[in-house]
Amino acid sequence: MQPMVDGSGLDTDPTRVGEVMEGSEVQPAADRNRWTSSQRRRRVPVAWLGLIPFLGYVGVFFLLPTGAVVWSAFRSSGSAGAPSSFTLANIRDALQGVYRTATINSIELSLLSAVIAVVLGVPLAWAVVTSKGRTFPGIVSTASAVLANFGGVPLAFLFIATVGTSGLLTTTLADHLHVNLKSDLGFDLYSFSGLVLVYLYFLIPLMVLVITPALEGLKPQWQEAAQNLGASRWQYWRLVAAPILAPSILGSLLLLFCSAFSAFATADALTSGAFAIVPLKIHAVLSGNVLAGQENLGYALALLMIVVVLPLTIAYQLLQQRTSKWLR
Amino acid sequence: MVALAQTGRTGAAPPAATRRRRPQVRVGRSVTLLLAAIYFIGPLGVAFWFSIHDRLHGGVRFHEYTGVFSVPGLMDSFTLSLKLAAATIVILLVLLVPTMLLVQLRLPRFRPIMETLCLMPLVVPPVVLAAGIFAVLGSGPLTSGPLATIASDLQETSLPWILALEYVILTLPFSYRAIDAGMRSIDLATLVKAARNLGASWPTLTVRVLLPPLRTALLNAGFLAFALVLGEYTLATILQYTVFSVWIVTAGQTDGQLQTALSIMSLGVTWVLLIVIGLFAGSRKGRSRSIRRRKTA
Repeated sequence: MQPMVDGSGLDTDPTRVGEVMEGSEVQPAADRNRWTSSQRRRRVPVAWLGLIPFLGYVGVFFLLPTGAVVWSAFRSSGSAGAPSSFTLANIRDALQGVYRTATINSIELSLLSAVIAVVLGVPLAWAVVTSKGRTFPGIVSTASAVLANFGGVPLAFLFIATVGTSGLLTTTLADHLHVNLKSDLGFDLYSFSGLVLVYLYFLIPLMVLVITPALEGLKPQWQEAAQNLGASRWQYWRLVAAPILAPSILGSLLLLFCSAFSAFATADALTSGAFAIVPLKIHAVLSGNVLAGQENLGYALALLMIVVVLPLTIAYQLLQQRTSKWLR
Repeated sequence: MVALAQTGRTGAAPPAATRRRRPQVRVGRSVTLLLAAIYFIGPLGVAFWFSIHDRLHGGVRFHEYTGVFSVPGLMDSFTLSLKLAAATIVILLVLLVPTMLLVQLRLPRFRPIMETLCLMPLVVPPVVLAAGIFAVLGSGPLTSGPLATIASDLQETSLPWILALEYVILTLPFSYRAIDAGMRSIDLATLVKAARNLGASWPTLTVRVLLPPLRTALLNAGFLAFALVLGEYTLATILQYTVFSVWIVTAGQTDGQLQTALSIMSLGVTWVLLIVIGLFAGSRKGRSRSIRRRKTA
């Protein structure tokens, strides 16, 4: 910038007058800039200070307990004689015996119900998306949200009343058709098969919820273009729709798996905490239902759950981003 | 885990292809919907019949529904859940709304971090969080020493604040998305500039300019938190507090019909709440659309 020239001098050069004018105009502006930038510099820390309550809250009530799980998973449970120390025993024990069975059960249960829910959920979502009117899809989406997110305990009792030991369907079948659900059909509500049936009751709605935006994003023009090029309906689905939906469906599978894997309330209410899956075992260990010296085993199981859920959720987010590229 | 109703559907999507739908496709659709209806409405219907059916004398009675208020212990647990829900909603809004406004208006750079923090509870299953709280509350500094009194106050059985404080964490992903959607739909920065130009102080600005357009979003967040707290079971049962859902499972064990009736009612209440949220969202959408139309005309 030009140095300030005071206009009182003998300077008559017209070009310089302009410069002087310009200079004298710019100067206060520069001053103002300096003032605001210094003010901004001062303001930034103040604004950041406003984040402290939130960060502190999340730190204390979320990160601290999560960290405590990870920390305790590697600590031996201290007693009077032996203070707690670093150990891998909890992790080792968590992968052995009854806890190993629980882990395998959990993974099998979640995987099977997630796969079934994906296979059944896609056609159902398609049927809902293509139905006429707005009321019906609206009702379906709110009902799905209730079952998928807020089902929990009530779901267990719906099924106990229906196909439980003294459920209406169980007794009706036994009285009139002389069919016993458990011995004749191999169905036991309080065991693996029953849990799959009940889990599907919240996983299929979850699938409908997460896949609906993807299905709605399939543009009719794509189908028309495929038809114009001579593609059959099957070819359109196989060569156009399937590749577009694939990341979304795979992502949904991961999400459903995590949802089933983390579910606690339904299984606990249904089996009174007796069935061997990881969440119920964590509860059992925390309530002292464990061998002496293995008190911290629950945290190792909890860490195991994080180790399973965390990468799958990240993969789900990445797949969602990939899907959203197409479905704008 | 968090997947809520996609409210306000655009309704413009696939149906173009439906016009020339072949009959077999239509049959396939009907069969799919019918099977789904059987699976989803079936247990509900049977359970409802189970809850009103009088096994001893035959016939139908609505005793389980009309008599809920007189069941000993039930109202205590329900009141506790309501108190927790109120506490959760207040803490949630007081904590989240100012922070989100601050991030939106002044610290946009912090936005991704904020979003990640709010969605992080999704990767930690509630049972794991419960285990963590269990570990923290049982740790040395909180069982003896100056912090012990605070910790034991938080675990008061009549109103366990620790549950409300943790429910805020559980609802963060839901409520963050609800409020974020509300904030994205209005131009907060312009509103702030306009109000500041007209001489509004920050408190006036917040109460009279920023919060009114966010009303619906805040209401949604509140309703979602309410639904979540009312149905929450995992944390409460592991930390051993008899909230509504825990009461249904434990104390209700002697009366299967009551358990079933309460389950149906709690699902029903949640559903009504979500429908109300949908209606709010719908009406707001309609209003903003009509404003836009007026503008272009």
